[in-house]
Amino acid sequence: MATTLAPVLTAHWDADRSWTLETYEAGGGYRGLRRALNMQAPDVVTMVKDSGLRGRGGAGFPTGMKWGFLPAPDGGPRYLVVNADESEPGTCKDIPLMMASPQHLIEGVIITSYAIGCHHAFIYVRGEVLHVYRRLLRAVEEARAAGYVGSDILGSGYDLEITVHAGAGAYICGEETALLDSLEGLRGQPRLKPPFPAVAGLYARPTVVNNVESIASVPGIVVGGADWFKQMGTERSTGHGLFSLSGHVTNPGQYEAPLGITLRELLEMAGGMRGGRALKFWTPGGSSTPIFTAEHLDVPLDYESVGAAGSMLGTRALQIFDETTSVVRAVTRWTEFYKHESCGKCTPCREGTFWLAQVLQRIERGQGTSADIDLLLDLCDNILGRAFCALGDGATSPITSAVQYFREEFEAGCHTPADVLFPPERSALFDYRPRSGAQLAGAH
Amino acid sequence: MTITSAAPTTPLVPAAPPAVPEAPADEVTFSIDGIETSAPKGTLVIRAAEQLGIQIPRFCDHPLLAPAGACRQCLVEVWAPGRDGKLAKMPKPQASCTLEVMPGMEVKTQHTSPEADKAQHGVMELLLINHPLDCPVCDKGGECPLQNQAMSNGRASTRFVDVKRTFPKPIAVSTQILLDRERCVLCQRCTRFSEEIAGDTFIDLQKRGANQQIGTFDPAVLGIEGDVPVGAATTDTTGKPFASYFSGNTVQICPVGALTSAAYRFRSRPFDLVSTPGVSEHDSNGSALRIDHRRGVVLRRLSGEDPAVNQEWISDKDRFAFTWQSAPDRLTTPLVRTRNADGTRGPLEPTSWVEALGAAAAGLRAAGAVGVLPGGRLTLEDAYAYGKFARVALGTNDVDGRARPHSDEEEAFLAHRVAGRTLEVTFGDLDRAPAVLLVGLEPEEEAGVLFLRLRQAVVRHKTRVVSVAALASRGVERLSGTLLAAAPGTEAEVLDGIVDGAADELGTTAEALAADGAVILVGERLAGVAGGFTAVLALAERTGARLAWVPRRAGERGAVEAGLLPSLLPGGRQVADGEARVDLAAVWDVDSLPAAPGRSTTQIIAGARDGSLGALVVGGLEPSDLPDPTLVRDALDRVGFLVSLEVRASEVTDRADVVLPVAPPVERSGTFVTWEGRPRPFPQALASHAMPDHRVLDKLADELGVVLGLATLADVHAELDQLGGWDGARVAAPAVTADEPPAVAPGTAVLATWHQLLDAGRLQTGEPHLAGTAKRAVARVSAATAAAAGVADGGALAVSTDAGTITLPAAVTDMPDHVVWLPTNAPGSAVRDTLHADAGDVVRIAAGSSEVV
Repeated sequence: MATTLAPVLTAHWDADRSWTLETYEAGGGYRGLRRALNMQAPDVVTMVKDSGLRGRGGAGFPTGMKWGFLPAPDGGPRYLVVNADESEPGTCKDIPLMMASPQHLIEGVIITSYAIGCHHAFIYVRGEVLHVYRRLLRAVEEARAAGYVGSDILGSGYDLEITVHAGAGAYICGEETALLDSLEGLRGQPRLKPPFPAVAGLYARPTVVNNVESIASVPGIVVGGADWFKQMGTERSTGHGLFSLSGHVTNPGQYEAPLGITLRELLEMAGGMRGGRALKFWTPGGSSTPIFTAEHLDVPLDYESVGAAGSMLGTRALQIFDETTSVVRAVTRWTEFYKHESCGKCTPCREGTFWLAQVLQRIERGQGTSADIDLLLDLCDNILGRAFCALGDGATSPITSAVQYFREEFEAGCHTPADVLFPPERSALFDYRPRSGAQLAGAH
Repeated sequence: MTITSAAPTTPLVPAAPPAVPEAPADEVTFSIDGIETSAPKGTLVIRAAEQLGIQIPRFCDHPLLAPAGACRQCLVEVWAPGRDGKLAKMPKPQASCTLEVMPGMEVKTQHTSPEADKAQHGVMELLLINHPLDCPVCDKGGECPLQNQAMSNGRASTRFVDVKRTFPKPIAVSTQILLDRERCVLCQRCTRFSEEIAGDTFIDLQKRGANQQIGTFDPAVLGIEGDVPVGAATTDTTGKPFASYFSGNTVQICPVGALTSAAYRFRSRPFDLVSTPGVSEHDSNGSALRIDHRRGVVLRRLSGEDPAVNQEWISDKDRFAFTWQSAPDRLTTPLVRTRNADGTRGPLEPTSWVEALGAAAAGLRAAGAVGVLPGGRLTLEDAYAYGKFARVALGTNDVDGRARPHSDEEEAFLAHRVAGRTLEVTFGDLDRAPAVLLVGLEPEEEAGVLFLRLRQAVVRHKTRVVSVAALASRGVERLSGTLLAAAPGTEAEVLDGIVDGAADELGTTAEALAADGAVILVGERLAGVAGGFTAVLALAERTGARLAWVPRRAGERGAVEAGLLPSLLPGGRQVADGEARVDLAAVWDVDSLPAAPGRSTTQIIAGARDGSLGALVVGGLEPSDLPDPTLVRDALDRVGFLVSLEVRASEVTDRADVVLPVAPPVERSGTFVTWEGRPRPFPQALASHAMPDHRVLDKLADELGVVLGLATLADVHAELDQLGGWDGARVAAPAVTADEPPAVAPGTAVLATWHQLLDAGRLQTGEPHLAGTAKRAVARVSAATAAAAGVADGGALAVSTDAGTITLPAAVTDMPDHVVWLPTNAPGSAVRDTLHADAGDVVRIAAGSSEVV
């Protein structure tokens, strides 16, 4: 049976002025909050645990279990921080969600805060997406006016403040401890763990850090129940998730479906590959996850199956590349991103990405040497697992996987520039005259 | 100290007992490279490996800084028992500088794990790709952790053939500290030191990735040049202009050649240097030094390691101010002045020691009564020699080591509470003190390393610091201190107000001081406050807090122990006590000792002026150190005969009849005594013919026909050990009533003043780079006082007495009204010389006639 879409978070994106509280409530919004406030807080945690919801920010850690790590209340404050610093190349699910239906997140924040005993929640949103930032501010304002935020929420005696904070443009601030430092007004660099945020997070107080989509999924679970959520997805990867199709696909966009759907099914829904071309490679979860090829079209997109196939489900950012694409070129662009965004704290990531970018640029220009491919792999080995945080590891994934599947293209980089092997105009949808290779070589 | 006598008593200044290791916490058993070992819970793997003699390469790790895990050089393979108890390999190599030991853990370093070895080689190669191989011209070359570890844990050759990241060189962080960013490996030791230890975040990380760099908050570096705000621009992370007294430590802990000092840059190769341990002569902390010299010239000083005293930190003054010892005005031969026919002084002529000592002895013999002013910078041995010389060779108690404002109340306090009571409060006690009260003491300005130790206690153990002063200095702010504001002269009143149940901070301070281990640190400046020491003693009695006296100069505590006070003999014996005199006379092998109490410094000066003293013997003393320098100069001019023992030409040698050159610390060995009463012996670093004071005094006594028996250090130490402490009667505690504070008429204010660490002091000459890091001199007044004087913040404020005027930019500060603070001896602010005034005196304030810079 072919899997079908499961619109929950995206159910009302096509409604008129979908981002308003009015539209959200018309679609059944804030029923979850009312129900949650009538439950004991620990029961809400148990319900989310039972649902099997796993973190939607990439790592897939069980959300309810994370909440359960908080130490027993000691009378001091504890915080919920929502990681809305979506910056990974290819990842584009949270931002559209917050654009189209910010109240989903706000309701999730209120329920989660209630469940974990937090009275001040923070949403750390990527600073570049000003429009989203404004939507969130307005959403909190509307929720406050409606009595969902503030003191004595809906007469329950429960108080909550929500602060929406805009980041200043650093990929590293999506790493949860760097995010906390940044939120505290410090330079955004990852913290030493332990202590983990659950014990000493924001302002050294117990803190839960969750992804936008994870939190936005909470109201649905409270309304529909754990069993409803578990109906969707696989046994260990339950529920619905946003699949972001981008790249060389006929209808790119957000496809909300049960976990475990395959790319083949998704591609069908998206009208197939653009121009009927053949699929060459794709990322299952953003640029930090090892790439897949056409042979992985039927891998169920759940945490276990993708892992077993040698990659990670990540953020379900499916970047699709067709046969006109140079894998060397794509990997070089990604590596340049990691070089640009390396926070600089640890040696392997800071210096390694700096070096990798230069080697890849050489290969892209057709000026690589036979030793360069082994050098790339050895450098990746010296970075992977040696860096301070997972972002350094992520920088190596596209390179090692690309060499694994397309080694001959890297070897060709020892004599032929990538834009000769794969003329960029062939990928274009319009009449496109690329700059000459020589100009390109000096562009960086 | 050598013990030579047959039946030794306790030495005069006993050494500190060896540190008792703390009772081991829970021991954890684990293995490193197959060697089973155990360490207290919480020990880092890298430290535990050091204990076994296994060196794991590292850059960011520093034992006194919080773990960072930034450089990743110390990666090791780790096997740890899982929940099922089975040993499992951790999937990634672990940074041994952040990993605590766990029971049953097996650590494999580069010696036994190919994975760890490859990880370390990989990180080392990455560190070197952007590092310039300019070792041949780099100051660090030869003593560089990067160079050394690249050889021990790196590849023989690099695979990097690409373009290195470069920076313009160097950035001057201050006039002293230079930063070559391309050499930096971004270990963050310097920024972590600045933040964690000194509390001066004057440099920080900027930008990111391979462009990450250490930088100052300089608009040009930040790329915001051109957009200068209308108001005053900020220059550091706290928004205040940068000034740090501890910046030199960042040079020492930099594991590469990125941070260098202007004073030492390009001066020498480390392998040409000879290192001798030393002790700083700049304050009463007795900080351990490493003195690096080459062919008889000191090229630099580094911090020595002494966990009990200065840990691994010293102030910039300790580090950089050493050229005074070889300044061009050094005295090398004895000088004798001929008197003109009319009795006026003629020129000084170089002469032989025999002739000079003869002339000095003849002059002293002829003069009748002689006063002795040894100065405050002596070693214990010299101080002892001065005291014995005065009492035995000159037969007088007219000897006073205090070359600063002083009082009889202070003398009684020192004799009663300080002398002979060594090591009652130590640096280590401050670590665990729940509360520390500072009275008349600015630790950062007057005792740099003590400030760092206090800050460590504040940061690590939340020690509560309270300061009784006219204003909360930046140092007190960085100690998270509370100010008990006291206009100069009213300190005793404030101290008397610290009683249980008092309102506000007074009551909570009383409560805090009553806690076990609380400490009161009192500075030498309290001598200027009538009733101050009386009130401090009463407060200590009332609260049970421990009390320590922290003078500024290196020789002060030793002088007290050696009895360089008119009423005090060595070891707390009092002149007035016949039994003590007899005891001492026996050791000194003399029939009797003078019984009449002597004159204080002020009285000796007065005696020299009025002719009741016919001669003076003066050590390292500057007239401008005393409250009225004009009186001192006049006394030196008028006195019948003047003998000076000095290192360098000074205002005293300018007037002396006989000048006897003595050795600076670097050219002799000796012992400083810290404020704690801890002896700090140091060896001679440079070969020299110069003689220490005790030897010169011994020879002078010989010439006077008296055998002092203090020709060598061994002689002095033997006598000190024989003499020992004194368990007889002590001087009674002072009981002085506080003065009524003076009336402050309109247009006047009460003067508050203290020395800044870096100022116009004589021991800092010849160091322009260091001088550039001194704080800009300002006159501090409250907003209301400034307004009353018609001066805006930053405008010129003229502070005057009948003697003169000091004009400085006004800095509006949160402090009591009708008080003006000036630095005591900053360039442009020589308070005693210009105003003839000291803290507590009333001065006139008005708008300055012209804008000052």
